Amino acid sequence: MAKRRILLCAGSGCVSSGAWKVKEELLRKLDERGLTEKFEVVASGCHGFCEQGPLLIIYPKETLYCRVEPDDVSEIVEEHLIGDRVVERLFYKDPETGERIADHAKINFYAKQERIVLKNCGVIDPESIAEYVDRGGYDGLRKAVSMDRVAVIEAVKQSGLRGRGGAGFPTGLKWDFTYKADSEKKYIVCNADEGDPGAFMDRSVLEGDPHAVLEGMLVAGYAVGADEGYIYVRAEYPLAVKRLRIAIEQAEEQGYLGSDIFDSGFSFHVSVKEGAGAFVCGEETALLASIMGKRGMPSPRPPFPATSGLWGKPTCLNNVETFANVPFILREGWEKYAAIGTEGSKGTKIFALTGKVNNTGLVEVPMGNTIRKVVYEIGGGVKDDREFKAVQIGGPSGGCIPNSLIDTPIDYDSLVEAGAMMGSGGMVVVDDETCMVDLARYFLEFVQSESCGKCPPCRVGTRKMLECLKRICDGEGEADDIDWLINVGESIKSYSLCGLGQTAPNPALTTIRYFRDEYEAHIKDRTCPAGACQALIDYVIVAEKCKGCGLCIKACPVEAISGEKKTVHTIDYDLCIKCGACMEVCKLDAVIRGKPAAQKEEAA
Amino acid sequence: MKESAKKVKAILAKYPDSGRDALIPILQDIQDELGYLPTSAIMQVGAHLALPSSKIYGVATFYNQFRFQPKGRNHITICRGTACHVKGSGKLLENAVATLKIKPGQTSRDKLFSLETVACMGACGLAPVITVNDEFNAKASPAKLNRLARCCKDEITQERENS
Ligand SMILES: Cc1cc2nc3c(=O)[nH]c(=O)nc-3n(C[C@H](O)[C@H](O)[C@H](O)COP(=O)(O)O)c2cc1C
Ligand code: FES
Repeated sequence: MAKRRILLCAGSGCVSSGAWKVKEELLRKLDERGLTEKFEVVASGCHGFCEQGPLLIIYPKETLYCRVEPDDVSEIVEEHLIGDRVVERLFYKDPETGERIADHAKINFYAKQERIVLKNCGVIDPESIAEYVDRGGYDGLRKAVSMDRVAVIEAVKQSGLRGRGGAGFPTGLKWDFTYKADSEKKYIVCNADEGDPGAFMDRSVLEGDPHAVLEGMLVAGYAVGADEGYIYVRAEYPLAVKRLRIAIEQAEEQGYLGSDIFDSGFSFHVSVKEGAGAFVCGEETALLASIMGKRGMPSPRPPFPATSGLWGKPTCLNNVETFANVPFILREGWEKYAAIGTEGSKGTKIFALTGKVNNTGLVEVPMGNTIRKVVYEIGGGVKDDREFKAVQIGGPSGGCIPNSLIDTPIDYDSLVEAGAMMGSGGMVVVDDETCMVDLARYFLEFVQSESCGKCPPCRVGTRKMLECLKRICDGEGEADDIDWLINVGESIKSYSLCGLGQTAPNPALTTIRYFRDEYEAHIKDRTCPAGACQALIDYVIVAEKCKGCGLCIKACPVEAISGEKKTVHTIDYDLCIKCGACMEVCKLDAVIRGKPAAQKEEAA
Repeated sequence: MKESAKKVKAILAKYPDSGRDALIPILQDIQDELGYLPTSAIMQVGAHLALPSSKIYGVATFYNQFRFQPKGRNHITICRGTACHVKGSGKLLENAVATLKIKPGQTSRDKLFSLETVACMGACGLAPVITVNDEFNAKASPAKLNRLARCCKDEITQERENS
């Protein structure tokens, strides 16, 4: 008899909330009750609903249990597996209706998505090639190698697939360039550097469905005439690297990788290269330099990698998600793919929905859906019912889209028009407690430290912009700072060597465009409307509310708070580092953020 | 030969007749094994790949991953990705710097703590995220971080008393 399946999400999100401990306990409990023959525990890739993790799904009814702790395991085994009675208290609770929902297909977060690329993620065991093949895996490759190379490229062109790595370059066209480049030796490179901090789509695909990426690379290799491929993975993704290595090994054993694949005469080999933590290495020319063991510095294009890439040979480089789209196009036909999405942007896009939103996790929707749909219908709205202020799309190269543009359709062109860009797919929701000047400063700090230093506009310009933003956040901005930022930002965009510099000013420029009043408040009134800029606030103990319980004294890491038990406590502002630990632990809301003590004295 | 030099030699043996493209993987293996890149190891790599040490440092310092000081007994990393930033990781970092009295990339003089920032751990749904000795802590807060640091310290004091 087939074993009943218990699926445990083992994506990075669930692992960090304790999935392995749940698995351990589950195995122990099954063993204790003598059930190991009847049930199998399968660790899947990311199921997408990270906020609710660790997730457990019990087949055949696919009952979803959320936030499972090791202590809950015993009850699940006794009640559900043995007694056939569901454990309702671990069901997902709809935040609006309060209803407990057992079937994950009925939860808005999943129901409103359309999962093509994520079809297998969180459903199959990513370490088993058999499960991938069972669900149509490698059919696309089989079909491709029976076709003429040009026909494969034509199908990808017709599908309308555009690169998911950021810029949205038509994939078929890129393949065509590489195909036409005259050389015996060509390479395929998969960009799995996922540099956008705050995005984890590529990671999830690699961890949850590594064979889909391999299959996409194989099809590309066949089409352009390459026999060797590299996958460049971020150093921070050890689990993705491990799963990829297993996938490659299995594909080699089964003959999907290696020599004479499907007796077609086509041969292909893949190796994994681990990155070493440099954002600029996501840029294609820098990435190729890094694979060759050099400093990851971008070089001017042309020549494009399609004509001269790795070791001077034609190289076709695509993003993880781009490759993961390819099997569907081949298997189901480009017509079906092209029917999804909008005129200029076909197919679906995966987003990593994070920040101040109720349902954080992985979201795949057809191109052209609005931001509102993603944030409200799928994301369940802003956390704690606060006000939706903006969504940051596209990471350090992207921009902020404000509340007034929440009905913007998500496609390459509309986003650019709004001052952002698709980027890789990070989508960070911010509410009224996030300071937009501080957010701009944050991104500038990031690009400034990641700037490789080769070209002066980016190296010097971003530093100057950062200094200016820091001043504004510290309440020392000057009246003409805003115009200065715009001017300098535009020049950096025009004169930088690579995409890093060309887009680095975007977060500052779009926040100025949509939230100029916040900049002005910092400069003119020396206040931070969001209460986030450290220099412009102090933590204050409200005497009327403080009962002198001493919790804050214990929490303070620098012993800045003092006071006898049951008397109002006081903060020594010379010692205070404004970490906010006191506010966090206070059960009486007696600690609040207020105007700085020094400023108040001045006013008095 | 010193213990660490032997380990480096064993790693280099896995890359016979290698060219420059093996440099980063070799440095990664050494860091995995020793926890950082000591000068002596860089010299050994240089001899193996016929590259001047300056070139190797040029590459190694370019990438955030490489460390030139040994890790502390408790290695804390704080995510500074966007999702974590929006959820307050900046404060977490300031708090850690103030309490541990070390800056990111440093190891405390008593070798008990080292601190590092990373750009994103890919667990953004559970921001802010920190790790203590590679173990993830989701939804971290200054108070939680302080507690963790205190636990580490207590454990060490206890050990000292016992021995
Ligand atoms: C600074 C910078 C960082 C980038 N980071 C990434 C990245 O992390 N992942 C990625 O796929 N593409 C990244 N890109 C885009 C790549 O250069 C390249 O356009 C892309 O990988 C091509 O694949 P695609 O056509 O499938 O999108 C980055 C570009 C720049 C300028
Ligand atoms: S932003 Fe911190 S884990 Fe991604």
